[in-house]
Amino acid sequence: MTNSTLTLPGASFLHTRPQSPARIFWRRFTANWRAIVAAIVLSLIILAVLFAPLLTPYARDAQNLRNRFEPPSAAHWMGTDDLGRDLFTRVLYAGRASLTVGGLSVLVSLVVGVTIGLVSGYFGGWVDSSLGRVTEIFLSVPRLFVLILLTVYLRLLDAPWAQPGTIGPIAVVIGLFAWMGMARLVRASTLEMREREFVTAAYGVGASSGRILLTHILPNVASPIIVAVSLGLAAAILTESGLSYLGLGVQLPTPTWGNMLSQTQTYLTTAPWLALFPGLMIFIVVLCINYLGDALRDALDPRTIVGKKG
Amino acid sequence: MLEYLIRRFLQGLLTLVAISVIVFGLASAYPGGIMNAYEENPDVTAEDYARLRAKYGLDEPVPVRYVRWLGNVVTGDWGNSFVSRRPVLQEIRDRLGNTILLMGTALVVTLLIAVPLGVISALRQYSIVDTVLTALAFAGNSLPVFWFGLLLIMVFSVWLGWFPGSGMTTLGKPFSVLDLIWHMVLPVTMLALVTAAGYMRYMRSAMLDVIGQDYMRTARSKGLTETQVNLRHGLRNALIPLVTLLAFEIPLLFGGALYTETIFAWPGMGRLFYERAVKGDMPVVMACVIIFSALTILAMFLADLAYTVLDPRIQLGKRKAA
Repeated sequence: MTNSTLTLPGASFLHTRPQSPARIFWRRFTANWRAIVAAIVLSLIILAVLFAPLLTPYARDAQNLRNRFEPPSAAHWMGTDDLGRDLFTRVLYAGRASLTVGGLSVLVSLVVGVTIGLVSGYFGGWVDSSLGRVTEIFLSVPRLFVLILLTVYLRLLDAPWAQPGTIGPIAVVIGLFAWMGMARLVRASTLEMREREFVTAAYGVGASSGRILLTHILPNVASPIIVAVSLGLAAAILTESGLSYLGLGVQLPTPTWGNMLSQTQTYLTTAPWLALFPGLMIFIVVLCINYLGDALRDALDPRTIVGKKG
Repeated sequence: MLEYLIRRFLQGLLTLVAISVIVFGLASAYPGGIMNAYEENPDVTAEDYARLRAKYGLDEPVPVRYVRWLGNVVTGDWGNSFVSRRPVLQEIRDRLGNTILLMGTALVVTLLIAVPLGVISALRQYSIVDTVLTALAFAGNSLPVFWFGLLLIMVFSVWLGWFPGSGMTTLGKPFSVLDLIWHMVLPVTMLALVTAAGYMRYMRSAMLDVIGQDYMRTARSKGLTETQVNLRHGLRNALIPLVTLLAFEIPLLFGGALYTETIFAWPGMGRLFYERAVKGDMPVVMACVIIFSALTILAMFLADLAYTVLDPRIQLGKRKAA
């Protein structure tokens, strides 16, 4: 069962009014109250992060050494850190980098994964088997260890695009080690689509491979990709936060939720709020994304609509 | 069957060689390294420097150095650490056991939590228990593992003072197993609970798949009790996909172990790797990556094997390539 059946829903809905796939999706998605709550919370966080300067009177890096380690209060909602900076302010600004790195690295893994998946599923043969070997190598590498190694290198580079505080290189590196699941998924769906009549028809009228892949196969393998992107986003945010926690991800002066946590273990006895709030933000954001991904999967899966098990 | 196993083994070996090429390439691109110590030293003349470079074989092209390095590794000479000057293999030997102790215990605890809870969740689908467990699994999947570790230390070590927050043993006390277990509680909890969340969801869906099968009805109709049907016919079949999951999750588990060891000052391989990667101790770093990769590939190979043992319906080598 795949999306192509959705374009002709009349067959499965003989006794009901035909509905467009988008409508079915929307109805199923909004019926899931957890997804609605997750979407609202996530939107609020994104808005707060975007409009950070309007929500806080403090500047991101403004120090106040007389106010170090203030516990949460009306003036400092999340307390202050070891340099007297307002934690709430920094948490808001940190969200910008954390979410951007997450989004960028998913974009990288999306491009790489979809390309490899489409090409190996469509062409098969030696192309498929050699790309399969590459995928297996990437799967067998202990990911975090290689990421640590590569980010250690990034820190040593003196290039203008790798100065402390830049987020691009980290995002690319994370994305380059997260495409394997996507590639396997797209490959499997492409293998199935390749045998469909509409692909044969397109081939018959002389469409090029690129055209068949992009205009006929890609739209039909979109649903699993959308679900994989949402789950990949959650994973990318977690990876970035972990690397930054180890002091290897995004570097200061740019705060991220991960690097805000990196020195907090020393202050667990005296200022536990330093470790509490940035981690809580990661947790809430990733939880919301996971719930959204789950709802997307349910809403996009045509099997659950037709009520048949495949 | 044998032919399939040999082919699979050779494939694994090839993957490992490919990884070693990548890792060696990365390591040789690392600025500095063994010559760092001599660069700033005023007593080392330019001639001495050149002689030392030649002695260490650094003037030769990278492929030549790779082949020589690979030869040494195969014959058991993994070189010396740049930091401690000790043989790499000795460093690894000191740490590997601690990591296996931590990961092994965590894995056992994970399965002890995930398998029963996943089965209960599936048997009572959509009940309150299932809803609560599902919510907990989502939370576990979304937790940054290192932050969870910090929370554990905050609550159970700092506030309640029940368990120690770092190290393997109490300093100044003679070694005792009880002391070790006491030190393992928090790190194992950190690693196991987060991993268990994912396994539980997987166990639940595997069990749900099995429940609707014909052989379950057959087992019931021949008069077996519900428990017998669920455990002997249901659980045994549902455990099969878990084996694959286990193999594919091994790299993730290594990653989790790195965070756990770093946060709890556990003297294992993960912490060794992290500390040395930051200092540019490439011989140790390369050894760690190679060993972890080899263990991953071995786990995938064993999962393939275990598949045939657990499920006689599967004949290796005759599977579809899907």
